[in-house]
Amino acid sequence: MIKNILDEKGVERALTRIAHEIIEKNKGLEDVVFLGIPTRGVHIAKRLRDIFKAIEGVILPVGSVDATLYRDDIGMKHDQPVLKEMEIPVSIENKKIVIVDDVLFTGRTIRAAMNVIMDFGRPGSIQLAVLIDRGHRELPIRPDYVGKNVPTSTQEKVKVHLKETDGVDEVIVEADNEA
Amino acid sequence: MRLKRKDILTIEELAGDEIELILSTAESLKEVSEREIKKVPTLRGRTIINLFYEASTRTRTSFEIAAKRMSADAINISASSSSVVKGETLKDTARNIEAMNPDCIVLRHSSSGAPEMLAKLVKCSVINAGDGSHEHPSQALLDLLTVKQRFGKIQGLKVAIIGDILHSRVARSNIYGFTKLGAEVSVAGPPTMMPSKIEKTGCRAFNRIEDAIKDADVIMMLRIQLERQKTGLFPTVREYSRLFGLDSKKLENAKKPAPEGFNRGDVVILHPGPVNRGIEISSDVADGKYSLILEQVKNGVAVRMALFYLLMGGARE
Repeated sequence: MIKNILDEKGVERALTRIAHEIIEKNKGLEDVVFLGIPTRGVHIAKRLRDIFKAIEGVILPVGSVDATLYRDDIGMKHDQPVLKEMEIPVSIENKKIVIVDDVLFTGRTIRAAMNVIMDFGRPGSIQLAVLIDRGHRELPIRPDYVGKNVPTSTQEKVKVHLKETDGVDEVIVEADNEA
Repeated sequence: MRLKRKDILTIEELAGDEIELILSTAESLKEVSEREIKKVPTLRGRTIINLFYEASTRTRTSFEIAAKRMSADAINISASSSSVVKGETLKDTARNIEAMNPDCIVLRHSSSGAPEMLAKLVKCSVINAGDGSHEHPSQALLDLLTVKQRFGKIQGLKVAIIGDILHSRVARSNIYGFTKLGAEVSVAGPPTMMPSKIEKTGCRAFNRIEDAIKDADVIMMLRIQLERQKTGLFPTVREYSRLFGLDSKKLENAKKPAPEGFNRGDVVILHPGPVNRGIEISSDVADGKYSLILEQVKNGVAVRMALFYLLMGGARE
């Protein structure tokens, strides 16, 4: 069974709201740097950049943080995880870092991403923006900005589709076939 | 896609897509060496033994740095300072090292096939860091990475390998590697240093370096092993240098415009090191703008990090 959580308009509204919350919380956009988690987190970060360009007229730096090498399940899964792009575009020293991801689940990826960032310097602060928070945290991590809270069972799969990668903007929840 | 092997022993046994996986992983890992904190925690708690039965600076240091940048513990054993001088066999050394439960052994040995024997004896991964005149897979992988980064792809390139093709493990691994990824390989060297039936490997053989490098995009100069000079493979070093050494005059023939679909045109020059300046390659060419020798060394660390990651980053069977 497939449930539609957000359509194209819904994704757009959620990102616009997140953008305004980021400006409000940081009292502007000075020293803000976006680091997306590949693959879709980077695309969402770039969309936020476009929104800021439209509403505030500034272009913020966007990079990508691949947390694969810092994962806590290296050597436990059968396959070696594939490495993705890693790009920190500016010095992060004393910057306000906003980590951007599509779905927040256990929080383990975010923990790994924060460790990557710390290895590049000492940011002033780290915040977290996600399009979907589906719950089931296994670490004490909470998002600062959420597009939509979606209560799920662990059996379900949350899929974010974006035009850049999937040709369409939508968020769906799939019941696991075996459940 | 994952690398489904315990060991990296030869390029001959690797499939084209396995080589591509290693290269793309190495490309991602290159960034780690450019950070201020040049270390990732990925292979914490893994133990890597560098077992070197032959002299080596570059390769051993490169494997050691690669292990440390991945947070693995690296221990170096060189034959001259180990129980090998007391007469211990490779088999016994291997069993004793195995008893200390390492995750990977990197072996350099003067006998062809030694890593394969070791791989059968031990449960941990084995990486061949050069065995006799057989293969040197990590060298070929770093050469492939260097060329791929420069041209964007390997398929369709013309590669010339010059020197002692018969005794060179670097040549053998590179012939397999470049051919598998779709390059055309030419070789040239004195007849005494040319394997019989070399054409069977899919490359073209020439007697003159000028003919081999004429249309080449990549020229790989092999180190002439001066210790072999006494065995009568060539009359004098001076003659070898004049006939087969690469200097700026011979290089004139090799330059050509960019082939369609590639990043750039100019020929590039590789050398696995250590360089005998003025013998197989002149100093101005080795240090000149076509030379990628130091880029090769840089990529060596990334390729070896990739091998460690791919061999030890997944669960044990």
